[in-house]
Amino acid sequence: MVSHYLSLLVKSIFVENMALAFFLGMCSFLAVSKRVGTAIGLGLAVVFVLGLTVPLNNLLLHQVLREGALAWVHPSLAEVDLSFLVFLSFIGTIAALVQVVEMAIEKFAPALYGALGVFLPLIAVNCAILGGSLFMDQRDYTLAESAVFGVGSGIGWLLAITALAAVREKLRYSNPPEGLRGLALTFMVTGLLAICFMAFAGIQL
Amino acid sequence: MLSKTSRAALIDPLFEDNPIGKQVLGICSALAVTTLVSTSVVMSLAVTAVLMASNVLISVIRNLIPGSIRIIVQLTVISSLVIVCDQLLKAYAYDISKQLSVFVGLIITNCIIMGRAEAFAMQRGPLESLFDAIGNGAGYSLVLVIVAVIRELFGSGSIAGARVLPLVSEGGWYVPNGLLVLSPAAFFILGGLIWALRTWKPKQVEQQQTVHIEADAPGVTP
Repeated sequence: MVSHYLSLLVKSIFVENMALAFFLGMCSFLAVSKRVGTAIGLGLAVVFVLGLTVPLNNLLLHQVLREGALAWVHPSLAEVDLSFLVFLSFIGTIAALVQVVEMAIEKFAPALYGALGVFLPLIAVNCAILGGSLFMDQRDYTLAESAVFGVGSGIGWLLAITALAAVREKLRYSNPPEGLRGLALTFMVTGLLAICFMAFAGIQL
Repeated sequence: MLSKTSRAALIDPLFEDNPIGKQVLGICSALAVTTLVSTSVVMSLAVTAVLMASNVLISVIRNLIPGSIRIIVQLTVISSLVIVCDQLLKAYAYDISKQLSVFVGLIITNCIIMGRAEAFAMQRGPLESLFDAIGNGAGYSLVLVIVAVIRELFGSGSIAGARVLPLVSEGGWYVPNGLLVLSPAAFFILGGLIWALRTWKPKQVEQQQTVHIEADAPGVTP
């Protein structure tokens, strides 16, 4: 039982890395990876929000949106299928949760707010977050599995962006051809990182 | 026929101000769906359609949206449009919608749509916003299709499903390059495309932010 969750965790961190295997959250991945410090800040915020929204959306999906999920309210609702509302409710949950989390952190942990604050609003439109919930729907995870999957993919994203930021800090001292400088070179480095992460493919626990 | 700003809104995003190459928006889907030409064409059409509708709608209601909740309003408009788009794809192109999997839903968080809504549609009239949407959709589609053609041609020897390079496994001579089907290739091709674009139009090169240290580094003095 434990090994099942451990395997899911390793799979979501390394083998199916959100950023490098599925290209999710690329915009902030490229934009906020200039310094290691800020990259870690954003990465932690992603772990936090993914770890909360995926299980929350899982509950929403199984209790409200799925075909027949509303039967617990009243038997006559057993025929109702609200699954076409999945996108809207997922993004609504994410936006609302990010807002609540931002306010809570600002009130109760000002130091953490100083570190994460600026990144939280960015995260509502980070596709890694919505992607996590959509994968959860597609792969039919249970509540516990989706919590593990959310945290795991967040950690994977954190690792990837930290690695890229570290490489980019060094790259600033290099002297590439004019046109390659900046974005193009960042893409190439990300490609190499993706190849490195492919070494984890096929790991089974 | 078109006013100057409309024409600029329509043409500029193709090369001068390409959403992917210059503005760095909408990268996720540009990389993920480009293994096949057919999926990337469908994806381009879907994004362009949603972009046009959302730009016009947001531009029409731009004076009614309170500034503090505009992101939520924009997200709601966009996700309703994406739901329509997803249902249409499921009804009329089920196989392709299965191949695109979660990436249809991810059009909601595609930064091109949010970015254009925020940067253009919130300030301009509906007609100009429509042109801006068409231009940016076309610029996005252009990059997507170029990447997809390269990946499908060399990765599986075909273009849009039609066999171009006969594969060894089918008695031909071409050994497909498996790397191009995998994710790293997308990064390399997009990086190369941006490199080519910036060599052609040097104005888009980012300014070097750090000082050049070669001059005072030991060992490299001539």
